Parts: sequence; structure tokens; C-alpha cells
Amino acid sequence: MTAPLKIANAAGFWGDQPGAAARLVAQQPDLDFLTLDYLAEVSLSIMAIMRAKDPAAGYAQDFVAVVRSLAKFWQDGGRTKIVTNAGGLDPLACATAVRAELAAAGLAHRKVAVVWGDDVLAALKAGGKDFRNLETGAGLEDITSRLVTANAYLGAEGISAALRAGADIVITGRVADPSLTVGPCIAHFGWAATDHDRLAGATVAGHLIECGTQASGGFSTDWLDVPDNHSLGFPIVEVSADGSCVVTKPAGTGGSVTLQTVKEQLLYEIGDPGNYLSPDVTVSFLTLKVEAVAENRVRISGATGRAPPPTYKVSATYRDGYKAHGMLTVFGHDAVKKARHAGEGLLRRLQDNGCVYREHLIECLGTGASVRGIASRVSDTHLIETVLRVSVAADTKEPVDRFTKEIAPLVTCGPQGVTGYASGRPKVMPIFGYWPCLIDRALVQPAVKLLN
Amino acid sequence: MIPLRDIAYARSGDKGSSANVAVFGRTPAAYRWLREHLTAAVVENHFKPLGVGAVTRYDVPNLEALNFVLPGILAGGGSRSLRIDAQGKTLGMALLELPVEAPAALCEKRAAGPNRPA
Repeated sequence: MTAPLKIANAAGFWGDQPGAAARLVAQQPDLDFLTLDYLAEVSLSIMAIMRAKDPAAGYAQDFVAVVRSLAKFWQDGGRTKIVTNAGGLDPLACATAVRAELAAAGLAHRKVAVVWGDDVLAALKAGGKDFRNLETGAGLEDITSRLVTANAYLGAEGISAALRAGADIVITGRVADPSLTVGPCIAHFGWAATDHDRLAGATVAGHLIECGTQASGGFSTDWLDVPDNHSLGFPIVEVSADGSCVVTKPAGTGGSVTLQTVKEQLLYEIGDPGNYLSPDVTVSFLTLKVEAVAENRVRISGATGRAPPPTYKVSATYRDGYKAHGMLTVFGHDAVKKARHAGEGLLRRLQDNGCVYREHLIECLGTGASVRGIASRVSDTHLIETVLRVSVAADTKEPVDRFTKEIAPLVTCGPQGVTGYASGRPKVMPIFGYWPCLIDRALVQPAVKLLN
Repeated sequence: MIPLRDIAYARSGDKGSSANVAVFGRTPAAYRWLREHLTAAVVENHFKPLGVGAVTRYDVPNLEALNFVLPGILAGGGSRSLRIDAQGKTLGMALLELPVEAPAALCEKRAAGPNRPA
């Protein structure tokens, strides 16, 4: 029987802890793989905007710094491999930067591979009618001219091919998050595409670690009870040849891996637990068995899988105007009343100056504004302080830009006790509409290339 | 009445302009009570002020959990929503504030210690 494959996650999103990868390999040098996930639903549209200003910015540049941080470990004989979707819109550019970093560290022999073919923008632009919005049922034709990105969630196939070809670092564009874990399992255990239950098990393992420390105590309902929660260990799955796994974390790190943290993360961002759709396999979570087998070790077995859908899911984005959020702190008696009145006055002043907004929102933070109308415990009149947050959205940039310049003057023209303006004017941000749809697999050609 | 958090824990996440909240019984008995009383209608009514659509409930007995899918609750979600919580990070906590008429006996386990058995 083959030993379990040890796969850790060192980044759950673009902006996660920069030191996590180097820390993980120092704590647990026998890891087979690190996976790093950089791509949320609209991350690629942010990269598209950055790339418009700088052609080299179509990928997660943070990853190049991660490679730099691991150089010493590899120079000293470390062998942990990496699978990441840091390639974003431009996996080849990312790989080129990574290879330069490796060469500078005397590690040019470490092999880098890229997986691409997820970009389906041309197909969407050509065949608008076929790409109905999965949420709204709307046709694509209204927004085709405003499309910014369209990327299919590829599966594990390209990753496993790259690893079998000898890659030490695999850089992809958009792939399904769990596939970053499934790819190494297929390459290591030699599973077939029809080994549905094993693929299902590895998909569950990948799903569990894809958000980093959310599996090891982060985001927990009982977070205050999580030990040493200032230094949570990033999660590790030890996947066995039958697709079952043990979730754990490096010894001596903070956090905890318990039935509770694992069960919470199992159902994170899940729809129908009997039909979890991934490009590798359709998984049922209803057959899972979850057991605490030792301290900070939880075993998950029993996943069942069926053939995946004949389509890939596509995450497309389109330009949809501009927005800005501004915040000021208001202190004193009647703080909430004053804040709300000041926010309304600000919007009125802007409208008097000819600014038209398609949407605006005034929130008084501290009053339960995150879920307005649901769970406030005290009446607004009891609060001596609130944060006024005003937001606007418009089809064009000008009125939003004007808003960003008119909010700070509330310090002098608003009520006494307005503060918290030191961080400067708010930023105008482009809005990206999110367009989830399906594409026939025949229209997508995943490709793999080993660069050295 | 007791807050739901006394007998349950939860986690929420986003999917486009929709979200899900998974709710777990803190004990097998608490899960059985939740399965009986925490219906899709109760959850939909709780989240009505946020403009939620028709809520679907999935039972996950092997995890002693219920998963609620809340369509359209994020006012556009991710990049579009103007709300402070555009991605549903707070919805689990918000559901755990729900007052429920559960028997006090269901809370006993929770008082036992910081790392409660799930």
C-alpha cells in the first residue's frame, strides 16, 4: 500500500499571509505538495484591469515572492512541489518570472510547467446566445460588448499531466479550486478518470484546504475558544490511495482541527450537498464519514462520486460602471441620527451639483448594518458612536469621482465630532458584473507545457 | 426563548449573488431539534429584510447539519453590491442570533467547556 500523499494549502485567496509557504515547509519539511489558491470569482477581472496598465501584471505577482521565500528550503534539499492557479490570465508570464527567480537562486534545474486553455472569451464573444446566465437566465447579448474576462474552470487533468512529465512547480490559470489537490493525487496514485469515488475523496480533501486556515480554526463560530489563534497552522490533508484523507496541521502551531472546524468548512460555499459539481467528478457529501482519530487529526472517508457534467462552468465578468465607498466616524449624543442626516445631506449636495447615481447606500456601522433589520440588540439612540459609510454607484466615472472629493468636508460642514478622515479620499473602483455560465467541453482545449 | 447559537454553530459563504448558511447541532439531540423546527420558512422569514428569495434547505444527517441556500441575498454580491458585507461573511452569525423556543436541556453540553464535542 502506497503511503499517503501530504498536501498543504499555503494561500486561500489573493492577499493571504505572505509568509505561510515558507513557514509550512519549515514546520513540516516532508510535505509532498503546497497548493496556493489566488482566484476568487472576480479576481481575474482585477488582473485584467491591472494588465491594461502593465502588461506584466496579468497574474498574481505575490506568488513570485513566495518562490523567493522557498529558495533556501530547496537549496538545502527540500523537495516539496507546488501547484497554484497564480497564473491568472497569463500563466506563461508568471512562469517566466518564476523561472528567473529560480535561476537567480541557482535552482534553474527545478522544472516549471504551465496549464492554460481556460480563456474562453473568444467563444463567448462569438456565440452569445448559448451562454445564458446561470443565476438569472438572461442572455449574454446585452453585455457581450462589455465582457472583460471569461474563463472555464478546468479540472485536474492538465495538472496531473504536468506532474507526470516531471514538473516541480505547476502554474495554471483558472482551474476548479479542489483540482489543485486532485491533480497531484491522480499523478501519484495513477487513478483513472472513472475512479469516481477516489476522485470524489480527493475533491473533498481539496475543498477542505482551499481556503487555508478556515479548516484549522479560522472563521470558526467558536473562534475565541480556538487555542493560539494568533498563529493558526495552515491545513494539511494526507490523502490515501482510496481517496480518504486525514486533515491535520503542523505540530506546534496554533489553531485546532476538530470535528467542528472540519464540518463547518466541509459545507462552506456548498449548494446541494448531494451534488457538488466539479470538472473532475460530481460528489455526494451525504455519504461522508467524519471521525476525530487523534488530537488535531480528523479522518474523512466514504465520499462517493459520479461522472462529471459534460460542460465546464465559466466565470465571466463584464464592465458595469463605477463605485466608491467613503467612511467617517461620528461621535457624540444622537450619533446615529447625525450620521444618517450627514450622509443624506452629502448625497443631496452632490445631486444639487448634477451628480446622478443609479444606486446609493447609507450605513451606520455599529447598529447591525451588516445585516440591516435582522439582529440589532440595542436601539440606535443608545449608541454614542457610529461609523458612517456612504456608497454610490454610477454608469460613468465622473459622479463617483466627485463623491470621493465631497465626503471629507463633512468634518467641517457636518456635526461636531466627525473624525477618522486620516486615510484620505476613497478610491473610485470599477464594478465588474459576474456572469456564470456553462460551456461545452468540446469548445475548450486545455493545454500543458513543461518549460525546461 | 434562547438564541440559536446556544444549541448550534454555523458557517456562511457566497456564490455569486447568493449565499449559503450551514447550521450544525452542537449535540445529536440539538440536531434532531433543528431538523424538526429550523425550517426553510423560518430561515427565509429571518432573512427577509435583506431581500432573500425562496430558501432551499438540505438535510445532511451524516454531519448533523442543515444547509440553507439563500438566493439573491447579497444584492449583487462580490464586486457589485454596495453593502458592507457583500460576500455574506456575517450571515452565519446573523442566523445564530435567531431566538428559538428550544428546551433548555439542549444547551447543557455547551456549558461543559471551551472545546465542545460536536
